[in-house]
Amino acid sequence: MRLNDDHRDFTAMVHNLVATEINPYVDQWERDGFFPAHELFPKLAAQGLLGLEYPAEYGGEDAGHIYSMLATEAFGRVHGAGIPMAIGVQTNMATPSLARYGSDDLKRRYLAPAIAGTAVAAIAVTEPDTGSDVSALRTKAVRDGDDLVITGRKMYITNGTQADWLCLLARTSDEGGHRGMSQIIVPTDAPGFSVARKLDKLGNRVSDTAELILDEVRVPATNIIGTPGRGFQQQMQQFIVERMFASYGAVGQCEYALERTREYLLHRHTFGKPLASKQYVAFTLSELTARVELLRSHNLRVVEALDAGEDIIRLATIAKLEAGRLLRDTADACLQFHGGVGYMEETWTARFFRDARLASIGGGADEVMLQVLARQDGYPID
Amino acid sequence: MNIVVCVKHVPDAQSERTFNDSDNTTDREGVDGLLSELDEYAVEEALKLVEASEGEVTVLTVGPAGAADALKKALQMGAHKAVHVTDDAIHGSDAPATSLLLAKAIEKIGTPDVVITGMASTDGTMGVVPAMLAERLNLPMVTYASQLTIDGSAVTARRDGDTASETIEATLPALVSVTDQINEPRYPSFKGIMAAKKKPVETWGLGDLGVDAGQVGLGAAWTKVDSFAKRPPREKGEIVTDEGDGGTKLAEFLASRKFI
Repeated sequence: MRLNDDHRDFTAMVHNLVATEINPYVDQWERDGFFPAHELFPKLAAQGLLGLEYPAEYGGEDAGHIYSMLATEAFGRVHGAGIPMAIGVQTNMATPSLARYGSDDLKRRYLAPAIAGTAVAAIAVTEPDTGSDVSALRTKAVRDGDDLVITGRKMYITNGTQADWLCLLARTSDEGGHRGMSQIIVPTDAPGFSVARKLDKLGNRVSDTAELILDEVRVPATNIIGTPGRGFQQQMQQFIVERMFASYGAVGQCEYALERTREYLLHRHTFGKPLASKQYVAFTLSELTARVELLRSHNLRVVEALDAGEDIIRLATIAKLEAGRLLRDTADACLQFHGGVGYMEETWTARFFRDARLASIGGGADEVMLQVLARQDGYPID
Repeated sequence: MNIVVCVKHVPDAQSERTFNDSDNTTDREGVDGLLSELDEYAVEEALKLVEASEGEVTVLTVGPAGAADALKKALQMGAHKAVHVTDDAIHGSDAPATSLLLAKAIEKIGTPDVVITGMASTDGTMGVVPAMLAERLNLPMVTYASQLTIDGSAVTARRDGDTASETIEATLPALVSVTDQINEPRYPSFKGIMAAKKKPVETWGLGDLGVDAGQVGLGAAWTKVDSFAKRPPREKGEIVTDEGDGGTKLAEFLASRKFI
């Protein structure tokens, strides 16, 4: 797929928005450990950025998937990876199932406000004892008349302290394992819902992450997204979208970090020459830049495959694995070549180094990606 | 209400701007160009006025082929149609020639209720085109508006000076130039970017406007750049070692520069 003027204009618009509406505030938000999603999201929505691929009847733009890729890549220029992550939760993690499987009524009440930026969404799958093993989750939703009564705990929830609703995965039957789960929309003003604590993280500190408690939270049974009992399968589909998001964002983040590092090294002199003139430095950064370009090419292939209706699990899994590795390698090199100043909190590399580490864990750890790929490759692993 | 907004495609101020060696005109090829930032306020104000009532916003520019990008940006922001005046003979035109071309183009479009311009371009920064244009169109001129209201056939503007603000009124049709204090220009939205492709853009040459080539271009210019020189590189600062007399040396330095 080749990019055209529309694509470039769109990217320029997002870059402009990042430079004027987000980056000037990120340092303060990072110190606060919180960014005001209810203030920022309407600004993004006004540009159509929270509903690019969603139907116009719910306020979306009916755009091709390429625009999601470009927007996510462009958000890589935000000076704190927690912001794009929070945006991604809204657009690519908490809402795809609702848009694809939800009833018209659910979409009008929850998807439309999310696209308009007036409601903040969160995806609530992980629990204190279940991370990558989603089949082990314990939160229960018990039918009581026309309602579901939900009890359980959810962990590491992005946007957790300010979300207006959750796309929650819970057991709606006792079948166990992958069976009997449903995706349920849970408004956070429902009695019995509470935030146990805001979590103190290594990186992405600009974004709020929380542990949530559901103590007999009552919601209408019609809040189930799609088919009751098919929640695990629907969530796995939603996770695929999340993997792609991670890969698109990694390209933007790494490209920007490498640009900034090159700029610094061209002006930083040691032994009478710019540091950028050292072969080891230049070769390392050029190799990373090449890997960024390879990943972007791969991402474009994912976009084409998705548009063609092909199964993209393998492509997206490869992309997610490489995204995590590339971000870690890039963050390490950028900090290393800045030297002492790179280790200082006042230099962007310190935050980037912390933030980048999440990419190999969140949205499916590297090891889960490898498990998927190894099984596809025919290895008889556990 | 129909509004014409005059906009200019200028070299990006973030780039290394320079002149052409051959004829001392602004180099528009070697650097990226964009819609003059000060013109974005004019486009925004026009869009707000039309959105509050009805009508159309036409954006108008004079410039080489690349100037179409400035029109595209304004169309993406929400302007309805665009006119691009371009002709090889226009190269090197100064403010009087530019105002002549704008005036002829506006007459051909059909004199609107309001002509809005920015307060100046970010490259030439002369800020005289609005006044020249008002004179040529025989319109009342309201410049440097930091607030604008239109009620019936009256246009009211606030002009902020260093020591006082004044409110002035004129009757429509009128020409208004606006400052960067008047609004917050919008970004093109996804819808705006997609819609802009389908909006009409007309391209007119000198013949379409009935302007003779001898009236425009470098040959007809009242002002020309005689010579230019690159800004000298910043000189290395002087490092003063404090040997107990640092304060005195600092005071001497400030006194030598007449700061104290």
